[in-house]
Amino acid sequence: MAEEIERKPAVYICTGCDIAGAVDIDALVNVAEKESKIPLCKTHECFCSTEGAALIQKDITDEGVNGVVISGCSSRINTDVFNFGPHVYVDRVPMREFVTWCHEPNDEDTQMLAEDYIRMAAVRAQNAAPPSEFEEEVGKRILVVGGGIAGLNAALSTAEAGYETVLVEKEGVLGGWSTRFTKAFPKKPPYRDLQETGVDELVARVTGNNRIKVYTSATVGEISGQPGQFDVTVNNGSGSSQERIGAIVLASGWRPYKADKLSHLGYGTCKNVVTNVDVEKMAKEDTFVRPSDGQPVKSVAFIQCAGSRDQDHLPYCSGVCCRVSLKQAKYIREKYPDSKVYILYKDLRSPGQYELFYAQVQEDEGVFLTKGEVVEVKEEADGKVTVALDDTLLGESIEVTADMVVLASGMVPSTKVEESSAGGEKTESEDGDKAAEAADAASATDAPEASAEGASAESGAGILNLTYRLGTDLPNLKYGFPDSHFVCFPYETRRTGIYAAGAVRAPMDMAQSTSDAHGAAMKAIQCVEMLGRGEAVHPRSGDLSYPNFLLQRCTQCKRCTEECPFGTLNEDEKGTPLVNLLRCRRCGICTGSCPERIVSFSNHSVQMTSKVIKSIDVPDEEEEKPRILVFVCENDALPAFETAAMKRLKYSSMVRIIPLRCLGNINIIWIADSLSAGFDGVMLFGCKHGDDYQCHYMKGSELADYRMGNVQDKLKQLVLEEERVRIHELAIDEYDKVPKLIDDYVEEIVEIGPNPYKGF
Amino acid sequence: MENLTVDICVVGGGMAGMTAAIEAAEIGKEVALIEKEAFLGGRVARMYHYFPKQCPPTCGLEINFRRIRQNPRIHYFTLADVESVDGQDGAYTVKVRQNPRFVNEKCTACGECETACELERDSDFDYGLKKTKAVYLPHSMTFPLRHVVDPAFAGDAKMKAAVDACPVDAIDLGQQAENFEVAAGAVVWATGWKPYDAAKIENLGFGQCKNVITNVMMERLAAPNGPTEGKILRPSDQKEPTKVAFAQCAGSRDENHLPYCSAVCCAATIKQAAYVREKLPDAEVHVFYIDIRTPGRLEDIYTNAQEDEKLFFHRGKAARVTEKPGTGNLMIEAENTLTGEKSEMEVDLVVLATGMVPNTADAPPTSDAVRDDWGFLVDGDTGVIGAGVASRPLDVSASVQDATGKAMKAICTKARE
Repeated sequence: MAEEIERKPAVYICTGCDIAGAVDIDALVNVAEKESKIPLCKTHECFCSTEGAALIQKDITDEGVNGVVISGCSSRINTDVFNFGPHVYVDRVPMREFVTWCHEPNDEDTQMLAEDYIRMAAVRAQNAAPPSEFEEEVGKRILVVGGGIAGLNAALSTAEAGYETVLVEKEGVLGGWSTRFTKAFPKKPPYRDLQETGVDELVARVTGNNRIKVYTSATVGEISGQPGQFDVTVNNGSGSSQERIGAIVLASGWRPYKADKLSHLGYGTCKNVVTNVDVEKMAKEDTFVRPSDGQPVKSVAFIQCAGSRDQDHLPYCSGVCCRVSLKQAKYIREKYPDSKVYILYKDLRSPGQYELFYAQVQEDEGVFLTKGEVVEVKEEADGKVTVALDDTLLGESIEVTADMVVLASGMVPSTKVEESSAGGEKTESEDGDKAAEAADAASATDAPEASAEGASAESGAGILNLTYRLGTDLPNLKYGFPDSHFVCFPYETRRTGIYAAGAVRAPMDMAQSTSDAHGAAMKAIQCVEMLGRGEAVHPRSGDLSYPNFLLQRCTQCKRCTEECPFGTLNEDEKGTPLVNLLRCRRCGICTGSCPERIVSFSNHSVQMTSKVIKSIDVPDEEEEKPRILVFVCENDALPAFETAAMKRLKYSSMVRIIPLRCLGNINIIWIADSLSAGFDGVMLFGCKHGDDYQCHYMKGSELADYRMGNVQDKLKQLVLEEERVRIHELAIDEYDKVPKLIDDYVEEIVEIGPNPYKGF
Repeated sequence: MENLTVDICVVGGGMAGMTAAIEAAEIGKEVALIEKEAFLGGRVARMYHYFPKQCPPTCGLEINFRRIRQNPRIHYFTLADVESVDGQDGAYTVKVRQNPRFVNEKCTACGECETACELERDSDFDYGLKKTKAVYLPHSMTFPLRHVVDPAFAGDAKMKAAVDACPVDAIDLGQQAENFEVAAGAVVWATGWKPYDAAKIENLGFGQCKNVITNVMMERLAAPNGPTEGKILRPSDQKEPTKVAFAQCAGSRDENHLPYCSAVCCAATIKQAAYVREKLPDAEVHVFYIDIRTPGRLEDIYTNAQEDEKLFFHRGKAARVTEKPGTGNLMIEAENTLTGEKSEMEVDLVVLATGMVPNTADAPPTSDAVRDDWGFLVDGDTGVIGAGVASRPLDVSASVQDATGKAMKAICTKARE
């Protein structure tokens, strides 16, 4: 552990990049040697040169130096030059970026700033150590939940990459929705003709692969443990089995939006209004007949966006339904060449090369595409159905009467939990078939049974049944999709080692699900490999440090267990955290949340940062030099500060910057420390939070903001102005805002006057 | 330069290529990443914001750069051209030409050379909207963080000022191209896209009217590191526009140009309309479209856009853009595709939502690579694996998703050996 390593720090002060022209290097050396008591301190005109780096390496080899402070440029450059292996702690003091490039050269305040950064780094080096070896046994088998197109492809690719794989499918046969589809969209040139789904061949490849163990008619009873060490109970008809699993691909697919909710479009009120799922069934039977009288249809009208793109139903676009209707139009037109098919749409969406398929359907004179808003669907005496449309391209209202109306209803992720307790609205349980839309789309289990099995809004969809303190399934995020970083990091969920693939993650068709499955499978095998090497997974990929919990001092306040965005911590019956390090992403949010300061990394802890704060020289009130401590998120705000420096933007030299793993890493004790050390103000810079959060750890900047609410209460108790602590969102490209934000704040603090606790 | 043996060779260092390389390397594979430009990040680095969050792409690039910096299994090369790919699954040989940067590894990006240099060049990074010095940093958050000399100026005597200004002797105008070979079990081809040449759409006025720009140029205008430092100013007189029109499907979904849908332009326009409205609260924005295509959860940005009282969506394809003499203003004529009815509007800036052309259209990985009529690589079970926009029109998120999957295919290819 960290405490056991004897620390031999050394400070290397680079004089290059005109640093020596801007600050007094001898004075910096003096601070390091005399004041900070660093036994070894050297200067060089270019430490990043081969010769300079060799000088440091020599001290490591000959003198046993294991803590290297390099004052010079930012760690964002020359990273490889200053990598001295896993056993040497390296701290880069960005003397250029934090001092000489953004402050007046040869100025008293600039010099004080530079000296403080040496003091701060010296304290870190005296207290930090490189991480010790991480010893956890990591199993590398992959579990795939769901045996539809996504699940099958995920299983096949992990197996082909050499990993033992367990596939759990809740139905009796593999293939999911795709087995109910007659044809798939064209995905090969010339992209004009429907093609085979290929599902039989895919199933054969999976069942024929001896690395894949397939459970059908099976569900996941429970998942306990952590990535690399998941213990999974698989229940099937004959009983239950235990599987040791490393990482999980969740490919539990989608269910059709419940058509019962679409009575305004005639479902349930007009006999001949069916869904696109019904049409796929008809296609399998190779006969398209009206439900009311069993007569083959001569005319069919498709209503697009039935329940999708609708704030009262599914606000999102289900992505596939336009193509599904084009496909089904072809089914019907090919079966009955004298039939007419109307497709009534808001926007016809056939992205990419699918446009060629759309163009092909448009060539068919029996297919009529009409843009408009459906205002009414009514049944005629003869059983025909009339659809009234407004807002057409012709600028008038029209009516279309057809033998049958097909609702192109949308896709709901199987992870979505319905508000089952809210009275009349039943969960989309039984009768997934009857209930709604089709789609060429993909993936595994349609949710009926899954959601029937012990699910509630509180406990999630009942698919994974995790024994996690934060719930039994993945958090039910926007619209019920489980992926936690929409857009930025596909596949990631809020549970480490569990990756979502296919239509459970976003509406998608079979081709997309196939490629999506390969990606999620990739993340799963990557997870077990990285954990096996003791490394953190994304986004601190490769980080070897990990948190230590000094549980003897835990007061069971449960903040850490509640706030970890990844559900790392379980609790015992008293509320003491049970640490699952393999679930940890090393964001340090737990370090920030703990009032007892018991969560530490070998190279980062509450105590260490408190010492860093106390090492800063705070001038007396009479000197009229305010001091502002600035905590910045190292992911986005720090690069913004460094870019400001690259652009030589100048700002007040009264600030001292401390980077954090995430702004959620902030512990309010540090704010108390700063104020009691005489700092006049504290600024925090983190990522945007809210719906469009940019925090790499999803909740970090939001938690920081929440904690600052508590800080304001403390300030009141201490009779300190609320302005003494200020939090800002700063995106990585907002570097041009840095000078104004800092300078305005310093000015504000000067006006308020010095911290009354200064000098105590 | 020394030859290299790796598990996977990734060609193209944009978002897709970086993703494929990093994901594979984090599994434990040795990866070579070959990029022709002086920096990694490709088209994404040139963007101001992503949809749907209106967030800066540099955020995502930075995290990838960080992953590359600390991963010794990624061997990346910038300014490197692939000359040939030979072999078969499990045994490819990629011949690479390393072009000179004229700046060696001693560079600390201090910028002294730039200050001293008097020579200027058009910035292709900014689609010609801006000039940089002949020795320059590709952009403010560039990776690798190192200057580069435009080869057109390497022989210019005036470069001496820059050479002399460098405190660490990093500028080496005598650098020569070198060749090396990468032996790899699999090749991922992620060479990305270029915007469709808007000048070919003659009726829409690009290249004829100053205030007709393309969507990629709009990203540069809005970017804080762009030619106007983030101010949206129209080219003719550097004034803020008061009425902006977006012409959708500029070249896409058009038999005379690109018959396919470029898939990203609708969401890109809605994003751009939103930031135009934010930066210029008094400006009106008009979008001329055939179908608005915002699949999945991207629908949310369209929903929000429709609530903006100064943002108007007009169903109809832009048929003609002409300049109103003396004003720089533009007349945009739209055509109802069904009735043929035409309408006209005067605006002061037109943005063409131009589509994506795969770079594989001109530069396929091998002469026998299977491509569709427009140059996209067709997925197959063997061969060089196309990733990102080399395989089909995709947005950034979908490129990341696709490239991760393609890296898996590469690993499986390698595992089959």
